Amino acid sequence: MAISTDKSSHASRALRRTARALGWFSVGLGMAELLAPRAMARVTGLRGRHTLIQAYGLREIATGIGLLTSDNPRPWLWARVAGDALDALTLASGANRLNPFADHVMRAMKVAAAVGALDVAAANMPDRRALASTDSRHDYSDRVGLARSPEAMRGVASDFMTPSDMRAPAPLRSQTLH
Amino acid sequence: MKALCWHGKKDIRCDTVPDPVIEHSRDAIVKVTSCAICGSDLHLFDGFMPGMEKGDIMGHEFMGEVVEVGADNKKLKIGDRVVVPFTICCGECEQCRRGNWSVCERSNRNKNLADKVFGHTTAGLFGYTHLTGGYAGGQAEYVRVPYADVTPVKIPDGLTDEQVLFLGDIFPTGWQAAVQCDIQPTDTVAVWGAGPVGQFAIRSAVLLGAKQVIAIDRVPERLTMAKAGGAIPIDFEEESVLEQLAELTHGKGPEKCIDAVGMESHATRSIDAMYDRAKQAVMLETDRPHVLREMIYVCRPAGVLSVPGVYGGLIDKIPFGAFMNKGLTMRTGQTHVNRWTDDLLRRIEEGQVDPSFVITHTVGLDQGPDMYKIFRDKQDGCIKVVLKP
Repeated sequence: MAISTDKSSHASRALRRTARALGWFSVGLGMAELLAPRAMARVTGLRGRHTLIQAYGLREIATGIGLLTSDNPRPWLWARVAGDALDALTLASGANRLNPFADHVMRAMKVAAAVGALDVAAANMPDRRALASTDSRHDYSDRVGLARSPEAMRGVASDFMTPSDMRAPAPLRSQTLH
Repeated sequence: MKALCWHGKKDIRCDTVPDPVIEHSRDAIVKVTSCAICGSDLHLFDGFMPGMEKGDIMGHEFMGEVVEVGADNKKLKIGDRVVVPFTICCGECEQCRRGNWSVCERSNRNKNLADKVFGHTTAGLFGYTHLTGGYAGGQAEYVRVPYADVTPVKIPDGLTDEQVLFLGDIFPTGWQAAVQCDIQPTDTVAVWGAGPVGQFAIRSAVLLGAKQVIAIDRVPERLTMAKAGGAIPIDFEEESVLEQLAELTHGKGPEKCIDAVGMESHATRSIDAMYDRAKQAVMLETDRPHVLREMIYVCRPAGVLSVPGVYGGLIDKIPFGAFMNKGLTMRTGQTHVNRWTDDLLRRIEEGQVDPSFVITHTVGLDQGPDMYKIFRDKQDGCIKVVLKP
């Protein structure tokens, strides 16, 4: 049976939480870019580039959904890092003397740099296996609590008489015939 | 004496309070040697249960030595070593005589309040709101035990506190959760929540002969402990619970489902969990019933849902159509501790079970307030905290 916690993702809880927060951030930013490109253009100093901003909005939403739904968020975090690099290049193209809103661009670049740093940090967070290898204090794999192995103890209390008020009606008691 | 007292949401303090005294001739005073923080104490800590007052002494899982006995108490004598069940029971009312100890009709001294809130009163409980009597709890150096000629379980020599302490609550609670399922040798039992009650429910289901036991949680240490006890772990943050349960049961679903989570479920990848959070934030719902919904959905038709997890008030969007049409049975309630203690004490004495497996932290009473936070946040691998007053 292919049931275990040994899946390929092995994301630690901190990584998952960070990915989830960044996922919601991506979806929110993407919606703003898609639905209010003029306002976003004003804020970032990239006036007249509304279509490009809307395209970036779609990219953000796709990345956000990936982060929120994937079992393994790491590739989506690296996708965000790649998106950050694209954002930086786009903003850099607007940071020139010809742009009267260059100060807006510079401010947006600082914000983008901070978010980019957070994305890189998140993408490099250790996974569960790495954490487990550095902390073996909480290995409870020997906490059986039974006299012998669970398999050996299975049914040891089957002589227990279930009280009548907790017994299922006879037709419902044994549903599985295999 | 020293005691852990509730002072508000997320505010437990180790205070100096007056020693308890005998108030009734059936009472006893117990000097606490070991007590524990229960998962249901966290509902008080997090402010989800109404009816707490500043200064209330916490704790309903404790044991110790009898140091004073009321004149009419013929059961106990000074020096007896006892585990005290968390339910306070008169032993004489119709419900107690039927074995329905947790719904004793006489021990809740705030019966009128409980009648208004729940329709009819339930038993008094130690350290668990004024809705259940406002009795001082056992996270203290001494406790007054009302009706002490009824429920306390005398402990024979040779057993450690750690082996028997949990007879007062979580072991019988996990046991009752499994017994309520009326487990058959062909059954798959799915247990939501691998906290202390879930751990005991898993081992109880194994002992009672379930073909397969499945544990659903997201905390790695808890899933590891569940696996050690014979369960197949499902990490709901990594895997789809629905898909995994379907795979493990050939698409038919588990016959028996146990909710060992209760009112504060922490599902993170479901729309209904977000809905509950939002409604709870604006006080339109008191509890978060994600586990109940999921159990109703996945349980095999004609199956049984067992709910030892504590709920306190109102829940919403329960798929009752599925519940009704699938012909499910739900059994729930606070634990009728004394129904099970003789049998479970025998199993401990015979070595079938050693309940101390669940203890991960043992500290002094003064460290209790910090341990509430560590336990609540599942830090430092914390699964069960024992306090030594």
